[in-house]
Amino acid sequence: MLSKRLIACLDVRDGKLAKSVRFVNTKDIGDPVEKAREYYADGLDELVFYDITASSDKRAIMLDVVEAVAKEVFIPLSVGGGVRSVADATDLRLAGAEKINVNSAAVARPALIAECAEAIGNQNVVLSMDIRQVPESAACPSGYEIVINGGRTPMGIDGLAWALEGEGLGAGELVVNAIDADGTRDGYELKLTAMIAEAVRIPVIASGGAGRPEHLKEALTTGKADAALVASMVHYGDYRVSELKRWLHREGVKMRMSW
Amino acid sequence: MADPIVIIDYDAGNLRSVQRACAEVGARAVISNDPVRVKAAARIIFPGVGAAGSAMASLRRNGLAEALSGAVGDGTPVLGICLGLQISLRHSEENDTQTLGLIPGQTRRFRLDRPELKIPHMGWNEVRPVRPHPLLDGIEAGDEFYFVHAYYPAPEDQACVYAHTTYENDFAAAVGRNNYFGVQFHPEKSGRVGLSLLDRFTRWDGQC
Repeated sequence: MLSKRLIACLDVRDGKLAKSVRFVNTKDIGDPVEKAREYYADGLDELVFYDITASSDKRAIMLDVVEAVAKEVFIPLSVGGGVRSVADATDLRLAGAEKINVNSAAVARPALIAECAEAIGNQNVVLSMDIRQVPESAACPSGYEIVINGGRTPMGIDGLAWALEGEGLGAGELVVNAIDADGTRDGYELKLTAMIAEAVRIPVIASGGAGRPEHLKEALTTGKADAALVASMVHYGDYRVSELKRWLHREGVKMRMSW
Repeated sequence: MADPIVIIDYDAGNLRSVQRACAEVGARAVISNDPVRVKAAARIIFPGVGAAGSAMASLRRNGLAEALSGAVGDGTPVLGICLGLQISLRHSEENDTQTLGLIPGQTRRFRLDRPELKIPHMGWNEVRPVRPHPLLDGIEAGDEFYFVHAYYPAPEDQACVYAHTTYENDFAAAVGRNNYFGVQFHPEKSGRVGLSLLDRFTRWDGQC
């Protein structure tokens, strides 16, 4: 039986690990390569790097980080943040990324999803969606809206409709990142996650809001997610990756328990 | 002098992760699309993701299909990974493609009538050996490997099936015959257990 996945997301700025609360006030908390190595040894199932560097030379720095990690971490490695073209995706893949996350640039130009799927295969294209709750409206009938630019720019696009469009364009997987919950440690947006997971046939990763092991269990059961993404829970040493997996396993969630 | 390991390059995905994993277990592997080099290699890794149709077209165009079949006939140890395993069979439902036919059987698409099962089968799943093979030595109950695929190998002869994995139903996760061995999962992305399988391949004499 297929296991649920525990994924750790490392926000990287200027080659260093950063963590934000509700996408602002980012602060540096360490070396991403070292963290990646530590989580890999502790049984992490998959790793995501999100590049939040603002400078123009960001690509080169990020490629170095990916290359260094890919040399010693032998689990799927996913990279996103500012991917705007097939060339960006291909460069990151050559550096060692398995999967490429597209986000804002795909909202601006949805064909990017199809182009990346054609170039690197559907299964390697992850559509990462930042979504906030809004009153139901004609533009956003699901009551959820897509935002971009790290949560700063509302797009007037329905969250559920965008998930379905992304799947149709060839995304192999979806990250449902609930902006309202991001960094709060109050739990994932279960209603949103389940709504999208039930509507698509591709795997869904719950993101934003994890603070306690119970939250992961909720996301992987009632939230219908195939994988749960964590960040601050593990980055600050509050929980270990192996500890979270053992807890989930004891609670009856199918996890990979030997590594 | 023959290369110790050649990873066949046929425009079917990123092969550097396989090369990196070989380096991690101390083996020097070269990536090549040269049929002469493939035919002469001491060992061959035949990886691949993507579609069977375009992969077969590329293999035929470059003379790699013949080189690979020749090497298998000569007794060279060969490891197929994912699409590399699937197109070692005779036919694939993907693009209705005639494939290499090194092993009698078909590649079939998951039907997935149950809506809770996602396509592709993506993530970690248990691999259960059903008969001993040198490359599967050391795999213990509960060991999981990383899979990403929407099609699965269905060999005709059950004696060619070395391990099962359960998704929609049980399918063949490892298939072998003589000096050929193929796995549906990605050992290069499967942590310690995957590296250990690659390590055994770098020392395998092709006997089973």
